[in-house]
Amino acid sequence: MKIKSHTSNKIPVSPSIDKVGVEERVARFQSRSIKNEAKKQGLNLVLSMIDLTTLEGKDTEGKVKQMCYKAMHLHDHFEGIPQVAAVCVYPSMVAIAKNALRNSSVKVASVATGFPSGQTSLALKLKDTKFAVEQGADEIDMVISRGKFLTGEFAYVFDEIAAVKEACGKARLKVILETGELVTLDNVRKASDIAIYAGSDFIKTSTGKIQPAATMQVTYTMLMAIRDYYDETGIMVGMKPAGGISTAKLALHNLVMVKEILGTKWLSNEWFRFGASSLANDVLMQLVKIETGVYQSNDYFSID
Amino acid sequence: MSRLEVLKTYKIFIGGQFPRTESGRYYTPLDSKGKALANICLSSRKDVRNAVVAARKAIGPWSERAAFNRGQILYRIAEMLEGRHAQFVDELMRQGSSKVAAANEVNLSIDRIVYYAGWCDKYNQVVSSVNPVSSSHFNFSSLEPMGVVGVVAEQSTSLIGLVSLILPAICGGNSTVVLASENLPLCAVTFGEVIHSSDVPAGVINILTGSTEEMAVILASHMDVNALITSNLETKLSNKLALLSVDNLKRKFDYEVNWVEKEKQALHYISDLQEIKTTWHPIENVGGASSSY
Repeated sequence: MKIKSHTSNKIPVSPSIDKVGVEERVARFQSRSIKNEAKKQGLNLVLSMIDLTTLEGKDTEGKVKQMCYKAMHLHDHFEGIPQVAAVCVYPSMVAIAKNALRNSSVKVASVATGFPSGQTSLALKLKDTKFAVEQGADEIDMVISRGKFLTGEFAYVFDEIAAVKEACGKARLKVILETGELVTLDNVRKASDIAIYAGSDFIKTSTGKIQPAATMQVTYTMLMAIRDYYDETGIMVGMKPAGGISTAKLALHNLVMVKEILGTKWLSNEWFRFGASSLANDVLMQLVKIETGVYQSNDYFSID
Repeated sequence: MSRLEVLKTYKIFIGGQFPRTESGRYYTPLDSKGKALANICLSSRKDVRNAVVAARKAIGPWSERAAFNRGQILYRIAEMLEGRHAQFVDELMRQGSSKVAAANEVNLSIDRIVYYAGWCDKYNQVVSSVNPVSSSHFNFSSLEPMGVVGVVAEQSTSLIGLVSLILPAICGGNSTVVLASENLPLCAVTFGEVIHSSDVPAGVINILTGSTEEMAVILASHMDVNALITSNLETKLSNKLALLSVDNLKRKFDYEVNWVEKEKQALHYISDLQEIKTTWHPIENVGGASSSY
């Protein structure tokens, strides 16, 4: 079992976060004006970074197949639209998604470890992860134990992530911090550092089940953790904001932020993803609007 | 010491709020004596877009409300307008009406709102039908709202033309994006304040001021607007809007009507903005017996 070289057993000391400063910086990202060619390029990039997601108790085989079809054919009336990066499903749906996507480059991500609450034993979490990998998942989205984190058992959280990373094998591991439950930006930074040092390939904001989810303040804080780690070790870690990003405008603001904090190296779906279920249609409507000059309606785009 | 009068800032009405236009532009319509009426928002295409988004969001809950409840809310608009009677008379006079004509226009507007409030839970029964068909089906047609309706208010009046177009649309469960009269916009903005205090859910009525032509072409070409109604519009612009409406097969009506006449209110202004849904319901019809429903 090869463990990522940067895995260490030391829990890092995290810097404290200036909340007012973060809000001011984030407000400036949102005042950028992106037009025409740059906007078109940005929107296509957004589409290629989407993890099309369905994580409902009511998910069925049919729903997953339909979503996989959408992942490959976002809007065929229009040329040059990319495929999304991945679909994100529950472990029980991985095999179905894998089969539906067999002739495409779209990856299958699976949530695991007792998603979304993570309130189960470590043994079950590892079993859950291994099951998803065996079913063919390319990526695993795990949740951290927020209860343990909030009671200060950082070592437990660290060890758990490291254990799940080992169980993932070749699959890439995304660690969901569920920032809506972490209360402060200081905690978000701490959890980011723990996840990164414990060996995660990606850090992800939220499950999508708790509000607030991927606010720009939270994403900013996590991006800074990634940058500090990169400056120190030269190792890249990916970022996935998930939940609450449903408009093209907000997605573009996020890209601006990534570009300015981490640089162009992160502007590909290998290192940056959007977890979203309804973002794709809004981006498509914007692209068609740029082409035709006419504001579009959801009525003429496929159902999410 | 004399007191400095506090003048009202005339703003637009989108999604239950009163923002300024996102463009920051304004224009200054003049009264009949050439004096400035007020600085009015010159809304942009993005304001139109935002208003359509707000209207689309409002349509579901509004159309699913009990018809009787919609009637109560419309009646509430009339109550609120009555309470602001003097303010509207004053604004109409500033825009060139005589005192008598202004009072008449406000009275008529209130009565017209009550008229359409009454129709809310009745138009569907009057217009719907049970249709004779030659197979074993119970066949019936009923009305459903079209959705987001673009309203280009009548240009020569400030209040009554606006009310006469908006009310039948929302009476039938539609939501609206309204372009106020370009040169007489005061009452439209104040009417927004009346709506705001009348239990009408946010987004059901959105009111924009500015260049009618500039905004109307955006409304007409917008794929998420389902119908467009105008009144006494010049032929050239009306034809242009009709052409732009083709892409998503918008219903388009231009009413050539003098709204100040008392009897210019009718059921068909409601039903024009309704889609007819016909249902074929299989029924048992043994041995050619007559209707068995």
